[in-house]
Amino acid sequence: MSDNKDLYRDNKQTGSLLDEMNLDNKNLQNIGVEILPVHTGGTVHAKRIPGKFRMFKWITASFWISLFVFPYLRWDGHQAILFDLANRQFHIFGLTILPQDIWMLAMILLFFALLLAASTAVAGRLWCGYFCFHTVWTDVFTWLEEKFEGQPNKRMRLDQSKMSFEKIKIKAPKIAVWALIAFMTAFSFVAYFTDAYDLWARLFSFEWGSTETIVILSLTISTFFFAGILREQTCIGFCPYARIQGAMIDTQTVVPAYDNERGEPRGRMKRVKPGEEAPDLGDCIDCNLCVAVCPTGVDIRRGQQFGCITCGLCIDACDSVMDKLKKPRGLIRYASLAEFAGQKLPPLFKRPRVIVYTAIMGFAGAMLVYGLLTMSPIDLKALHERSPLFVQMSDGSIQNKWTIKVVNKSNEVIHADISVTGPAGLTYVAGKQITIQPGNVGSTTLLVRIPKNNLTETSTPVYIHVKDLNNDEISADYETAFLSPKKR
Amino acid sequence: MAHHNPWPDEGNTGHIWDEDIRELDNPPPLWWMLSFYAGFITIVFYALYYPTIPLTNGTGQFTKGVAGWTAINEYHDDYKVLKDWRVGKFADKEEKLASLSVTEIMKDDELKSYAVATSKVLYGDYCAACHAAGGAGNPNFPVLADDDWLWGGGIKQIEATLINGRMGNMPARGLMGNLTDQEVDDVTDYVIALSEGKGGDAAYAAGKAVYTKGMCLACHGPAGKPLAPAGAANLTDHVWRFSSDRDTIKNVITYGVNVKKNGEYIEGTQKAVMPAFKERLPNPEVNIKRLAVYVHSLGGGQ
Repeated sequence: MSDNKDLYRDNKQTGSLLDEMNLDNKNLQNIGVEILPVHTGGTVHAKRIPGKFRMFKWITASFWISLFVFPYLRWDGHQAILFDLANRQFHIFGLTILPQDIWMLAMILLFFALLLAASTAVAGRLWCGYFCFHTVWTDVFTWLEEKFEGQPNKRMRLDQSKMSFEKIKIKAPKIAVWALIAFMTAFSFVAYFTDAYDLWARLFSFEWGSTETIVILSLTISTFFFAGILREQTCIGFCPYARIQGAMIDTQTVVPAYDNERGEPRGRMKRVKPGEEAPDLGDCIDCNLCVAVCPTGVDIRRGQQFGCITCGLCIDACDSVMDKLKKPRGLIRYASLAEFAGQKLPPLFKRPRVIVYTAIMGFAGAMLVYGLLTMSPIDLKALHERSPLFVQMSDGSIQNKWTIKVVNKSNEVIHADISVTGPAGLTYVAGKQITIQPGNVGSTTLLVRIPKNNLTETSTPVYIHVKDLNNDEISADYETAFLSPKKR
Repeated sequence: MAHHNPWPDEGNTGHIWDEDIRELDNPPPLWWMLSFYAGFITIVFYALYYPTIPLTNGTGQFTKGVAGWTAINEYHDDYKVLKDWRVGKFADKEEKLASLSVTEIMKDDELKSYAVATSKVLYGDYCAACHAAGGAGNPNFPVLADDDWLWGGGIKQIEATLINGRMGNMPARGLMGNLTDQEVDDVTDYVIALSEGKGGDAAYAAGKAVYTKGMCLACHGPAGKPLAPAGAANLTDHVWRFSSDRDTIKNVITYGVNVKKNGEYIEGTQKAVMPAFKERLPNPEVNIKRLAVYVHSLGGGQ
């Protein structure tokens, strides 16, 4: 490999650690340097060319506009999506989720984790290439950079030039716009946790709390830093998902891939002089456009690699060249290793990984639907008194005491009426019906008496029922144990 | 560790394991060294500012820092902040507790739960030693969570009990002190039967006669049930003041409760005293009411 590595390189645009390294150097191998095909030649300034995947990337990226818009939507007099940590209430449009229902969050996380796994198993790093906020933000940042500073070669010259007033004049507007986007990103994030309009109002009167200020400032700085400065280095060096997803890809996964058989041996087309034999070249003309457009600076012709975020931009680039050459498209295309090996891909529903992933996703989804459908607007807890566990009353009956806590998860006031059922002769005294404001907890004491003769065990189940006097449909039951002394 | 060093110019220390794992002699990064030295400089100021150097005078103390900082002072300062906040936040409720009567407090749900919530520590400090947590009671110390009250379970009566304490007394061997051993035995059987609802059985006629003769009914009522709660136990219910054990019951009848002779308790008498808490509690005007509400809420208040 090291013999001919320079053969195909005429572009200083990308360099790889591999290129600079003598791979036969036993020394380096012994030290354990991980030999990775990583771009090390400074900032990647990728060329932008139009195409199918470019268009697709803009469409998927535009989903993120919702991040900036949603905080301003209202619903029923409150922010439509509001994670109100102070009052421990999550509002999602008409839905209010209290901490009691937070297990559904686990289901949401499970669902999306498996969605990531399933989509990666089928079509590679779809998340990385099209949806990931880092990819999208970096994409927008570099797009702006091109608007302000020009084409990649111009930008590279600018980067290499000495610091001067001219340089600052060119760079300043870009930095200002980047900073504005970074600030809006941070602001919009925080606006999901507190009222957005109020947050704006308090910005101009300088009344932000310390948490808000710190979160917004640090998010602004990190957005600017990651999307503007670190860029592809985040994907290569920081992001765990990049590595995890790399491990989820198998030979049946379709990823942007270079058709080695069709493309090699690569080489520039030369006019054949008379008498000379035309060289037997593949379809790749080694124009290096696929490398020039890559936002992470990888060479896809080296095969699928962890630097590749599978954004498909090299496919656009190669297709445009193939069109010019009047050759069929698809020298670089979405394909699997199995396809190159001439195997037939089994249909999706016959692949074990897809089946397992979808099954778990289905479970999480079903649990979510179940949770949302059965989410009771009322939550009942009965805490048994711990000392004394039971008391003998003067008439010989046994009394147990509970603290009843009723959580009102609805948006209406609840007048909770408590009743108890259990063994014969059971009588109870509940503190009068409790009135609970929306989102609040009401509590009262419950005393239950059962004649000693009607108790056969030391622990007898009793059932506490709570009903809303305003709305018959709102009720909750709680099974608890009535404790009594051993019979003598 | 190998002695052969195939990498002499690499700057390794010559310590080589497993052929190729070797220790290099690279200097630490500059930022690391700078913070290392900064640590030394910080220590000097730290030692001046905080109590740091142990004194050898045997007191276990340390040199005073220049600012006079001590951990206990910081604790007191922090505690004061908390206390001031608490006093400020609940000033109106405390005010109400002081100015309203217990009966009025019981009518105000919010104030009532405030009184209950703020009583737990007081109850633990002053009451739970005898009456146990939650009013569970202890041998000889009444259960507060049941509905059997010697002196009445109304909120006013509980308050009165707390203020002045209670000391019941029961004379030994009947009101006249003239019951014989046989008569004590009979009447013991009779009161146990009363509690079981069998007081009318012919088998206990002798005991019933003793009950009348010993003038027990003067306090415990003609049917074993006191006419008003004035310290005498209700003999017809299932709750026993001291114990349901026959020997204890007989002992109480024989030697009485709190029986004194020449200012001294007589031998064998059952002692049962509830102290007056108006002298014992801090800030009794408020705290008596608070505790009365708490005791009333334990499960048996009437």
